[in-house]
Amino acid sequence: MGELKLMKGNEVIAEAAIRCGCDGYFGYPITPQSEIMETLMLEKPWETTGMVVLQAESEVASINMLYGGASCGKKVMTSSSSPGISLMLEGISYLAGAELPCLIVNVVRGGPGLGTIQPSQADYFQTTKGGGHGDYQVIALAPASVQEMNDFVGLGFDLAFKYRIPSLILTDGVIGQMMEKVIVADHKPRWTDAEIQKISGTWATTGKTKNRERHVVTSLNLESEKQEIHNHHLQAKYREIEVNEVRFEEFQTKDAEYLFVAYGSSARICQKSVELARAKGIKVGLLRPITVWPYPTVRIAELATKVKGMLAVEMSAGQMVYDVRLAVNGKIPVSHFGRYGGVIPSPGEVLEAMEKFIKGGK
Amino acid sequence: MATIEIKDIIKKENLVYGKTKILTDNIMHYCPGCSHGVTHKIVAEVIEELGIQDKTIGVSPVGCSVLAYNYLDIDWQQAAHGRAPALATATKRLMPDHYVFTYQGDGDLASIGAAEILHACNRGENITVIFVNNAIYGMTGGQMAPTTLLGMATATSPYGREVALHGYPLKITELIALLPGVAYVTRQSVQTPAAVRKAKKAIKKGFENQAKKIGTSFIEIVSTCSSGWKLSPVDSNRWMEEHMFKFYPLGDLKDSEKANEEDYKKYIE
Ligand SMILES: Cc1ncc(C[n+]2csc(CCOP(=O)(O)OP(=O)(O)O)c2C)c(N)n1
Repeated sequence: MGELKLMKGNEVIAEAAIRCGCDGYFGYPITPQSEIMETLMLEKPWETTGMVVLQAESEVASINMLYGGASCGKKVMTSSSSPGISLMLEGISYLAGAELPCLIVNVVRGGPGLGTIQPSQADYFQTTKGGGHGDYQVIALAPASVQEMNDFVGLGFDLAFKYRIPSLILTDGVIGQMMEKVIVADHKPRWTDAEIQKISGTWATTGKTKNRERHVVTSLNLESEKQEIHNHHLQAKYREIEVNEVRFEEFQTKDAEYLFVAYGSSARICQKSVELARAKGIKVGLLRPITVWPYPTVRIAELATKVKGMLAVEMSAGQMVYDVRLAVNGKIPVSHFGRYGGVIPSPGEVLEAMEKFIKGGK
Repeated sequence: MATIEIKDIIKKENLVYGKTKILTDNIMHYCPGCSHGVTHKIVAEVIEELGIQDKTIGVSPVGCSVLAYNYLDIDWQQAAHGRAPALATATKRLMPDHYVFTYQGDGDLASIGAAEILHACNRGENITVIFVNNAIYGMTGGQMAPTTLLGMATATSPYGREVALHGYPLKITELIALLPGVAYVTRQSVQTPAAVRKAKKAIKKGFENQAKKIGTSFIEIVSTCSSGWKLSPVDSNRWMEEHMFKFYPLGDLKDSEKANEEDYKKYIE
């Protein structure tokens, strides 16, 4: 099963898309993720699986192409980096409102503004707290390895279709650009028309036949009472996802007295810092959220009764740390360590930050 | 003399006109005199006549026609403001045997969505675009549109559109006609029975072109907006004929079978 390869994180996103039976990719070039569309254009999947690949005129167009393609019950995806995702936010809100399944990849770079092309994790708020307008959520998966870049393409689509919701892979230039061994999945064929009917036949715009009502994909409800009912429905779905789909990983938490909380590439760095700490006799562990929405709130609350403090490590000025604080709810000290604007912290300085935190308890 | 009862007249063989089944029985929200209603009707008739109800996907805009999906009994996608051509692009590419059309106002198509329409047309997407140009933003209460004529008063050009402040009215249809990806560009209107017949013929051709896969078909309907223009429906038609037709002359701008790729390839040799 699967095939062992040495690949870049971005390339594997493209490969996994083809292999999981994706119907269409629509994107616009931006560093550090352009290899995704470049790989797809080189692979020419339209000649093999029939997958459509199109360079759109902008990220605004790409995300609206997703809205069109997803409306037809097709597996469609886009990828971009921070400034491009900012442009997509109106469209993501529409996709969420119209309950359209799709996959969005954000290979985050440093901001604000044009910022830097170097890796960052400063789009956490944008991803998990809306970003676009209205009360909505997207399922956000945060890979920490090239293998997970591969795995989360298929998983992202599965979750998107299970709940009729956009899925987003929240990664950064570190994971996107690094090369690792990866087992790529076996080829799955694209869905046939009959399969699309079975999966999305109650709502997709595939052409109104005699035996059914017309399908309308819209996020519009001019009557506020109806719009509130629609919002209740969305919120109920989000609560269900919070119960069912939280994913996280623990590293050396069993006997830990202090905890790092970090996702994605920061978690990779923290893993090393845990080893360095343990070598010095400091009992430190790591909790790595794999889904940053839904967030592992319940598990963090449990761990707050076992450890003396938690340090959120992020390549941002402190965003996810708010979710840690909410989960901990004042029981133990929580602090944040971050390098940002494109700077990647070293395991050594992360350990130093932990030692300072332990001393000061802040 | 035999008396003729009404029931003797209402017979199938006497029928000269009927409402197409593609139009639903929902009461339209359009103002009296608005061109959207008639334009909806002829699009619906074309879909029925071509027998493509089960293969047609409409993309409605943000604007007065946002609710077009309440009136035509086909599958619809409701797009964000200006983005209908992007939705249509993906839909057509993913379902190439379907008929896909966008239905857009002038603010939607020529202002906020100018990039999407230009690029969809330039790629020669095999879609049909119905462009309802009433030279004003109807839905939001009569603000200036990119197509508002010079001197025309609107809510955001209350003293009349002037170049120094607002720039020139945009002939987007002429721009579109320059693009090699576009097969058919025409400008029509729907204020008289003759005009309606011509507009319908144009829309039909636009849909038929999709089967030929020869590129984009773009049909502008020069329209009225009595509410926005603050004129009666009759005066609106008169005003349109006197002023709009001068700046936006009716007729075909382009009718070709296919872009000549060779013309473009020679630059690289
Ligand atoms: C992003 C965004 N900006 C602005 C609006 C508000 N808005 C709704 S309709 C409209 C103008 C529509 O005018 P037009 O396209 O000419 O169509 P008409 O209503 O005249 O048929 C505007 C500006 C919106 N819905 N979304």
